[in-house]
Amino acid sequence: MSKLIGKAIPRQDAWAKVTGELKYADDFSLPGMLYAKICRSKYPAAKLISIDISKAQSLAGVKAVLTARDVPRNETVTKFGQSTDVRGGFEGLYRVLAEEGKKIRYIGEPIALVAAESEAIAQKAVELIEIEYELLPGVFDPEEAMKPNAYLVGEKESNIVNEFGCINGDIKKGFAESEVIIEDRFEIPFIDHAYLEPEAGISWLDEYGTINIRVCSQVIEHFRDVAEVLNLPHNKVRYIGTMIGGGFGGKEDITVESFIALLTLKTKKPVRLVYTREESLITHCKKHAFIEKYKIGAKKNGKIVALEADYIGNAGAYTYLTPWVGLYATVSATGPYKIPNVKIKTQMVLTNNIYASAFRGFGSNQANIGYESMMDELARKLNMDPLDLRRINCMHTGDALSTTGQIIKTYVALPEAAEKAWAGLGEPEFSKNKNVKIGRGLAMGLMSYGRMTFLRDSSRCYVKLETDGSLIIRSGIPDLGGGQISLLSQIAANELGVPMNKVKAYYTDSMLTPLAGTTTATRQTYMSGNAALKAAKNVRNNILIKAAEVLNVHPDQLDIVSEKVVVKYDQSEYLHLTEAIRACNTAGIELFSEAQFNAPFTAIPDLSNLKGMTFPDFAFGAQAVEVAVDIETGEVKVLKIVSCYDVGKALNPASVEGQMEGGSIQGLGYALSEDFVIKRGIPQSPSFTEYIIPTSVDAPDVKTIMIESASGLGPYGAKGIGEPSFNNIVPAILNAIYDATGVRIKRIPATAERIIRGLKKEYFK
Amino acid sequence: MEDYQIELTVNGEKICSVVQPEQSLLKLLRSKGFTEVKCGCEKGDCGICTVLMNGKTIKSCITLAMQANGKEIFTAKSLEKTKIGRKLQESFVKHGAIQCGFCTTGMLMAAKGYLDKNPVPDKNEIRKAISGILCRCTGYKKIVEAIYDVAEENHKLEGGIHV
Repeated sequence: MSKLIGKAIPRQDAWAKVTGELKYADDFSLPGMLYAKICRSKYPAAKLISIDISKAQSLAGVKAVLTARDVPRNETVTKFGQSTDVRGGFEGLYRVLAEEGKKIRYIGEPIALVAAESEAIAQKAVELIEIEYELLPGVFDPEEAMKPNAYLVGEKESNIVNEFGCINGDIKKGFAESEVIIEDRFEIPFIDHAYLEPEAGISWLDEYGTINIRVCSQVIEHFRDVAEVLNLPHNKVRYIGTMIGGGFGGKEDITVESFIALLTLKTKKPVRLVYTREESLITHCKKHAFIEKYKIGAKKNGKIVALEADYIGNAGAYTYLTPWVGLYATVSATGPYKIPNVKIKTQMVLTNNIYASAFRGFGSNQANIGYESMMDELARKLNMDPLDLRRINCMHTGDALSTTGQIIKTYVALPEAAEKAWAGLGEPEFSKNKNVKIGRGLAMGLMSYGRMTFLRDSSRCYVKLETDGSLIIRSGIPDLGGGQISLLSQIAANELGVPMNKVKAYYTDSMLTPLAGTTTATRQTYMSGNAALKAAKNVRNNILIKAAEVLNVHPDQLDIVSEKVVVKYDQSEYLHLTEAIRACNTAGIELFSEAQFNAPFTAIPDLSNLKGMTFPDFAFGAQAVEVAVDIETGEVKVLKIVSCYDVGKALNPASVEGQMEGGSIQGLGYALSEDFVIKRGIPQSPSFTEYIIPTSVDAPDVKTIMIESASGLGPYGAKGIGEPSFNNIVPAILNAIYDATGVRIKRIPATAERIIRGLKKEYFK
Repeated sequence: MEDYQIELTVNGEKICSVVQPEQSLLKLLRSKGFTEVKCGCEKGDCGICTVLMNGKTIKSCITLAMQANGKEIFTAKSLEKTKIGRKLQESFVKHGAIQCGFCTTGMLMAAKGYLDKNPVPDKNEIRKAISGILCRCTGYKKIVEAIYDVAEENHKLEGGIHV
């Protein structure tokens, strides 16, 4: 009965984007609007002695200069849309502005806010603010920060934010039984989201004293957090989310909102703040840098018997989502492999670098880079085919994760995805240049979709049939560009037999649209998709019951197709949808529904030994890559990428492919060029001249293969694919480089310099 | 420094403005309501502010407003007025070559500017032509395919190229 599901229909937002009509967060202005700028710390570690704002305040055109003293609640805890308090170390300090007498923790930490009549005046005022610092030594390396007498990043709290563990079987016995043991250490750097839309927002007061904030955010539930900062009731702060110009996790934390809200409250005027690219790169969160030590023991036949992993995650200056990332990494540490003896330890550590928080993949990538590099190494050591080694060890449907023991009840598309990805490479390219070596690599893995179950996640959606047969959707869903909003329309239209051009979605308003939760954690297709489906089915049932009465049949015998309620066995007998609607309205039958979908709920697990369900479900997949490496220059060219995932059901195949293609190329950057270098707390990549992301000439055409098991927990059996599609690609490229050159890259990105250095080592042996 | 009075046409509309010598064309266009021209870096790195100036693709963030004095500018709002612009828009929509959309208008202008000069490129030429514009969402494949589809159509139209 599926009419729209599974079809690559154009997104509802597509035309507004190609015509340039769509108004993003920085395209909006209001009469009398002021411009904000932020005065930020020049040092990564210091005590803030004093702030003198008098010169800035007296500059003509300056309307407000605020410091921490002006913030009603300057220190609260970080929340990310969860409506329950998790505690247990999962909530960190949210400090709006640096406070006198306390420590500055990173370069770019906000100290004072300015609102002025123009951007230039605001910038001038920022430069007139006089700040006295007492410089402190700071600590920049996480291994240094973990030492007992290390410099403390915060005031009193330990530099170690969280520790996670996972123990299964007997690790000592496992290694004793092993015939082959390999050990390695990997270093994974900070990277940046590099979305093209810098952070932006505008705030204003309405006639009832409500703070309105129009902003590009992945989490409109932050209205509560901003209300806490302002010391206002939650219902007096309203978020109006715009279509987002890319996020990838970087717009999951609060960005500009608290600043503009404070300035609006002070001046009673609209205030706009747009980050420059440099400000965006230097001051928004990064993907956690990791140091990973892996040890794997196996039998000569390839069967893995023991795995030990030790992770140190560099959290930077503040906690934000660090604990959650640590948990994701720990749960993912064994990958999709059945291993009887396991010991995982993860420590997340504060340093005086820019803070790390959410980034597509969220700890799972870092684990995936480690375990899939190790699998390749093990295959080489055993002289086995890397695919065969994975076949021997991979888990299947109904098996438990080797970390938490959570049983996977949906389809585990392994080794199927790996086999398909590998075969998808086809015939190898032939190198015409003797210095250019061709190599192939494979990696597979798993990643959760949906939030951690102890967050007790839910989503809501409203669906209404209008008297003229048009359809209204209301959802608080933020659209990152993945087509999140349009998908809800597609689902409701599918259930109610309405064409897409008669569906209008009203979206992302924290007060007027039902809260759909965050667009993070690959959760919207699963969570809000199910909420939309539930609401649409409620309306559909009411229509069918009334239409059945009119047509004198049983409701089960009816379907809604192309705006007609038809009798399934005889489609010549029907009621036009508008007639059915009229009949319902005449009888007072509800043609709207607001439905809530709840994920499975669990208690907070024992963090020292994570066990049982921590996620609703996982998506499985693999990527295969062919590279050409010039052994004279060290240059790597990725020739082919095949990405194969079980997507459950591709609700809109063009959107799913878009995620898989984009995820692969973002991963190509992670593997080969992206490195947010910070030297003694000083960022070295303040623009896209230094921070290099892939361009169209770096990116091969990604070949996508979608397995549709229909076993997922999302609507129609869909699984989430946004983050999983960014897994596997990095180790697949690294393994291909090894295949081509014999160089194992253990510190990404695999720059030409690192490859040449690796090759020289071989020469000099 | 002195301010200057300049005159230019944007999408056929005459614009008179007083500008500062250091003001970028991007800032001028956005201040005049042409918000379809996006600001991504203001350093010429990302290319999403690309517009056509006298038929040439330029990055408006590293072009001074004064340099546009007496020139003819086209932004994405003009696309639907040309056959090839409309075809490109349709093709981007059809291929799902749009995700967040923040690079889209710049990408379309680069494609338009290039197809005006070379109406029948192959995919590699298209990749080179748009390599000055960053996209973080799509991995470029669908964008290249969308532009190639329009080019292919040109190819079939012996001499009768869309403009």
